[in-house]
Amino acid sequence: MLELHAVTAGYDRRAPVVRDASLTVAPGEAVGLLGPSGCGKSTLARVAALLHRPDSGTVVLDGTPVHRYRHRAPRDRRTAVGVVFQQPRLSADPRLRLTDLIAEPLRATGRRAAAPARVAELAQTVGLTADLLTRRPHEVSDGQLQRACLARALVLRPRWLICDEMTAMLDASTTAALVRVVEDYRTSTGAGLLAVGHDRTLLNRWCDRTVHWDTVTSTATKVLT
Amino acid sequence: MTERSPVLSVRGLSVRFLLPGGRRIAAVTDAHFDVAPGECLALIGESGCGKSVLASALLGLLPANARTAGHARLGDLDLLTSDERTLARTVRGRRIGLIPQSPAAHLTPVRTIRSQLQETVAQLTGVRGRAALRTAAEQAAARAEFPPDHLDRHPHELSGGLAQRAATALALVGEAPLLLADEPTTGLDRDLVDRTVDELRRHVDADRALLMITHDLAAAERIADRVAVMYAGRIVELTAADTFFGAPGPRHPYSRGLLEALPDRSFTPIPGLPPELGDLPDGCAFAARCDRATDACTALPPFTDSVACHHPVPAPTPEDIRA
Repeated sequence: MLELHAVTAGYDRRAPVVRDASLTVAPGEAVGLLGPSGCGKSTLARVAALLHRPDSGTVVLDGTPVHRYRHRAPRDRRTAVGVVFQQPRLSADPRLRLTDLIAEPLRATGRRAAAPARVAELAQTVGLTADLLTRRPHEVSDGQLQRACLARALVLRPRWLICDEMTAMLDASTTAALVRVVEDYRTSTGAGLLAVGHDRTLLNRWCDRTVHWDTVTSTATKVLT
Repeated sequence: MTERSPVLSVRGLSVRFLLPGGRRIAAVTDAHFDVAPGECLALIGESGCGKSVLASALLGLLPANARTAGHARLGDLDLLTSDERTLARTVRGRRIGLIPQSPAAHLTPVRTIRSQLQETVAQLTGVRGRAALRTAAEQAAARAEFPPDHLDRHPHELSGGLAQRAATALALVGEAPLLLADEPTTGLDRDLVDRTVDELRRHVDADRALLMITHDLAAAERIADRVAVMYAGRIVELTAADTFFGAPGPRHPYSRGLLEALPDRSFTPIPGLPPELGDLPDGCAFAARCDRATDACTALPPFTDSVACHHPVPAPTPEDIRA
């Protein structure tokens, strides 16, 4: 299970962006988190991805509470979660060719030898051609770069996947293609998904269950008081 | 739709980018379309298909390595052959209002919305004098429903929706007969998209022409009278919005694929990726991804009726044949 209990988080302790949010994702489950722009849903997604330390509250990943975040998190926990961000341009190192971008997590965890085979396999899955893999981010479109970012998130075979507005910048066909890749991965591995977004139609179609931001933050207060 | 002379008439517009080493990028090829007063034409397609280049060509904002061909007539003026002086002094803001892609980045960050509106009013209209400018700027803000108590704020203090209204207010100041909106809804949430689009529609109903460039099909469905679908730099289908989104639906296999990819339809992607604009095939650019492709597709399909395809989905009724 990926559990968030009464999480309060933000960038200034006096004015937290997220107050008392609780959310659970079961293994193999796809949960959509729906909320308007600027409500704090991306911050909560960062907490769930162990990328942001909450001010209070607990995160329980596969039954063990999380105490360390970002680079301090132990490797086996860090790599259990894959993340895809909204803006591929801002989340890709402009100096890396797409091959190296996808292989980066393998190199960082000392599995360099597995890289060529795994990258080729994933490129096929997300629909990137060999010609595109040799290019750098400025030479490809947003849609193509987001395909590479999704491949990078899947390269370590995470048990949990967090997609933060993964398709907000993309056209309908690329959106459908990327969602299909995520769903195929989930069916074959039983990974859990937290998809954050503001498109109700998309999340309802994509996820097993869609929760609205208001219910995520208000149930927590009800339980506590 | 009343048959009046169009505000903008584009005939055979092509844009090529010349790159070092003799490479040529065919960004837009042979585009034909009209936009009439009181009409919204939505230009839709995947990112990188040449939509925004087309908009830049109309405003004379292409980089120096671009070469254009064809005509884009705005009344008696050909936008493609006009010099920078004419475009700057009589066209931009006055005859074409641009509603930009990311309004928050388009506004001057160090000045308040009021000061930017007043400057625009002073530049584009005959209003002179401090008090008169102030009133005119407030009226301009009101037209785009920008709240008057936010006029003294800087762009970073505005939400996405308010920045969008500020940009729309600026675009409306010059009373331009043609509005050009380049991806006006990117990054906004659904409620905000609907509000922005409804506001644009109001301006169209006030007898302006609107060319809206977007990859958001839901927004296009909400606002457009006609839809032009662009693929690999070419307009492959141009048809009435109600037949496109309703029955009998689009006729080009690419347009059908785009619509079917929507989450409230079958949610299936079009297989493959769009071709590189620097390396287009000689025949139909969509053939490689098309399940209806035949040997005929090695030749370029002519634009007939409302569609450029060798084997469009048959469902033509006399009403859709209106290009």
